[in-house]
Amino acid sequence: MTQATAVDAAALCGLPASDYREICRRLGRDPNPVEARMYGVMWSEHCGYKHSRAALRRLPTSSPRVLTGPGENAGVVSIGRGWALAFKMESHNHPSAVDPYNGAATGVGGIIRDVLAMGARPVALLNSLRFGPLDERRARRICAGVVAGIAGYGNAVGVPTVGGELLTAACYRDNPLVNVACLGLVRADQVARSAAEGPGSAVLFAGARTGRDGIGGAAFASTELDEGRAQADRASVQMGDPFTGKLLIEATLEALATGAVLAIQDMGAAGLTCATSEMAARGRVGMAIDLDRVPLRETGMRPEEILLSESQERMLLVVRAEEVERVAAAYRRWGLAAEVIGQVTADPRLRVISGGRTVVDLPPDTLADAPVYDPLASVPAGLEALWGLDPAAVPAHDPGEALLLLLRHPDVASKRGIYEQYDHMVGVRTVTPPGSDAAVLRLITAPPLGLALTSDGNGRWCASDPRRGAALSVLEAAANLACAGAEPLAVTDCLNFGSPERPDVFWAFRETIEGIAEACEALGVPVIGGNVSFYNEAEGGEGPGRAIFPTPVVAMVGLLDDVARTGPMGFTREGDLIVLLGDPGGTLGASLYQYALQGEVRGRPADPELERSAHTIACAREAVRAGLVASVHDASDGGIAVALAEACMAGGTGASVTLPEGPVAEVWFGEGPARFLASLPPERLDALDELARRHGVHYRVLGHVGGPALRLVQVGDAGPTGPIELPLAQMTEAWEGLEV
Amino acid sequence: MTWGVVFFPGSNCDRDCVHVLRSVMGYPVVEVWHEDRSLDGIDALVLPGGFSYGDYLRSGAIAATAPVMRAVGELAARGAPVLGICNGFQILTEAGLLPGTLLHNASLRFRCHPAWVRVESDRTPFTAGLRPGMVLRMPVAHGEGAYFAPPAEVAALEEAGRVVFRYCDPLGRVTPEANPNGSVAGIAGVASDAGNVVGLMPHPERASEGLLGSIDGRRLFESVVGALVGAG
Repeated sequence: MTQATAVDAAALCGLPASDYREICRRLGRDPNPVEARMYGVMWSEHCGYKHSRAALRRLPTSSPRVLTGPGENAGVVSIGRGWALAFKMESHNHPSAVDPYNGAATGVGGIIRDVLAMGARPVALLNSLRFGPLDERRARRICAGVVAGIAGYGNAVGVPTVGGELLTAACYRDNPLVNVACLGLVRADQVARSAAEGPGSAVLFAGARTGRDGIGGAAFASTELDEGRAQADRASVQMGDPFTGKLLIEATLEALATGAVLAIQDMGAAGLTCATSEMAARGRVGMAIDLDRVPLRETGMRPEEILLSESQERMLLVVRAEEVERVAAAYRRWGLAAEVIGQVTADPRLRVISGGRTVVDLPPDTLADAPVYDPLASVPAGLEALWGLDPAAVPAHDPGEALLLLLRHPDVASKRGIYEQYDHMVGVRTVTPPGSDAAVLRLITAPPLGLALTSDGNGRWCASDPRRGAALSVLEAAANLACAGAEPLAVTDCLNFGSPERPDVFWAFRETIEGIAEACEALGVPVIGGNVSFYNEAEGGEGPGRAIFPTPVVAMVGLLDDVARTGPMGFTREGDLIVLLGDPGGTLGASLYQYALQGEVRGRPADPELERSAHTIACAREAVRAGLVASVHDASDGGIAVALAEACMAGGTGASVTLPEGPVAEVWFGEGPARFLASLPPERLDALDELARRHGVHYRVLGHVGGPALRLVQVGDAGPTGPIELPLAQMTEAWEGLEV
Repeated sequence: MTWGVVFFPGSNCDRDCVHVLRSVMGYPVVEVWHEDRSLDGIDALVLPGGFSYGDYLRSGAIAATAPVMRAVGELAARGAPVLGICNGFQILTEAGLLPGTLLHNASLRFRCHPAWVRVESDRTPFTAGLRPGMVLRMPVAHGEGAYFAPPAEVAALEEAGRVVFRYCDPLGRVTPEANPNGSVAGIAGVASDAGNVVGLMPHPERASEGLLGSIDGRRLFESVVGALVGAG
């Protein structure tokens, strides 16, 4: 084996000197150049979770339903009736900044393969997107590219994109966020795993052939974006092929159905290096791999290129040796490559040969288990001062004008122009399409069960108070599920932050995890997996340094016992009462109203009041399930006034409403946890009253459904406001004006 | 009667069509592989939507040359009902079993949303149980669905009653706003000369269960059964 000088190897792996010393300590020698490159990628932040791993242990990860928690390719949760779901969210931020179309497309492909690796058929996709202000050309170009990439891959691969969210802020101008989640279905007793087992078993390489694309992609995702380097970085972005992705889904499910597959993992970040080392390490076995047998699509590839390529649409399987032909045949039937490239060994070493020479020989766990750091955390300077700023100190607006301004804001405006580019119906499961609080799918194989899906995150809140902001985001997700009548089953999250080497960023990261943990505990919902994306920094960032807002995104899935009992968000029947369920109090601190008018975050978001919020959410859910209410919609960005407008537009009717007393802007546009607008026939009010009492939940009747306009009256601190009448057509024109 | 659904690599509505025909409507369904050369025992055939062979050359162009297509042509020539949905419609035009072609949507974007079509002809097995003028709600989901044929050919199709479906609003009015893709004359579906081969861009299989918002699509399949039994 070639021995490099220590200096060469240290430079090749590109890691800090302390990491390199640790590699040498674990190996008892210097790594050779090929090994050094492998450590460099596996110990990158993207693959190694060096800064985040210790902090992530705080998250609650278990419930009686959890079959597989974090650490596998995707978390798996039992649904009942013999079925389980696999659920995972991942970021593809850096690739999407450099190449919006391919970055987003491969993000979709990658998350689909994670779910597929659990043996599950992928049945739904969600995406959470963050861009710069969409009135800027550059942000619009990135947005259009990302949306086209998601559509281009998702539509062709045949997995519906059923929901998502899009928020904007200047800090995402050069560092957009593209977080994609996938949901899959698998029989509870057929969940696949990734731990290699059975010395002598065949290691089968299946799917697309390997090329030079995406080499070092994971390491690229672990550095800050640099405009000058963007051109060179483009080679780090992988290219996806949804057609091959679709074949890979069908072939892999057929392969798993043979019962001969012992372990499976997709080859995503760090490619063959990651799959071999992780599968071997998890199974406490070794692997002997011959690179000459890897199906290639280019000639002259060097060993490290084959080992680190991030070519898409590839899976690595461990198969009982005597049955390997049956498994390979499934892939070949679908026109895909399938070659045995090695075998599992009892000796726990990863040995790779190329051209008959040993090029790698090391214990796989030294690659797979990157060191755990204990980064410094400190409260950002000026936090208390920020909280003290008066968020209400904005130019006085006519509240009707302000409402139209918020309806026009990209964060609130209709995303129809986006989600109509996604096939959200393929698979014939979609009961509630995008555009509602949560998407609802029916389970064809286990009627009448259904699943509701949502993804939520609010960087504005977290920029002010990451702990509250994260907890509020979890509550928002649970509230969205409640509107559909669904009980939360599991969370998967993406944590998008700046450099963890900055103490103020890392403080926000820890606070965010605390907020997610507290809220998940209050709701009794486990976090079954997710991903961390650090180094989201670029010119224009508003956070510490040039970082983006701390941006946790929470994807939550919930269960409906009877999918037919889900309800709409829009007001439907003339004469129905409109009820506000929950504490009417909201705050303008870090609200959309505050940020949109002042251009920077001021003040502090509301206290999540976890216990009370959990009760309110349960009450709303039960009202839907019991069929008490004709519609439910939760108040989020833009507060109660925006939520009323949305419920009117969704139902195609007006409403006449008297808002609670208090300062005008705060009552109309303030944001707070767990507040629902429900509509119901007057004769059901007694039943709702009883339900609310049982849950100890406050409610008040605001008005009734009907008329051609939203008519609002309020007694504010400076006397009565209104009536303000906004015709449905005027609101709709503002709300549907988003050009993307 | 026995239905066949063709599975091309990249088809992605194949399983949905099988679900509706087999589980919702209770018919025997044969899953036909793209390399199969015989369609013996199949009374009516569906070419489903999706992105056959990735649609990389031109939508449907590669699938039109698949081994199974010779048998599809023979089945069509025997007068059996053959339905192409979305990509299946594109394949049938590429294979020359239906006239015209499907161009990129006028918006140049993929569009997925509910749509309404008006039944224009009951002279096909898929509409024999329906009446001209009836309005059906079925979703569209495509990027290349703008029906096109030269004016003379369109006139001939109209004359011969081979325009089967036309995009309309919920009240049955054919308007530019109701046309989702810029199809000439709002054409959403056409039939072969003999009437037994029909292609349409909207998805009847996505409108076959009340839970999904419409059961209008099921009437196309029911219609075939009525027609075949009637001809029996």
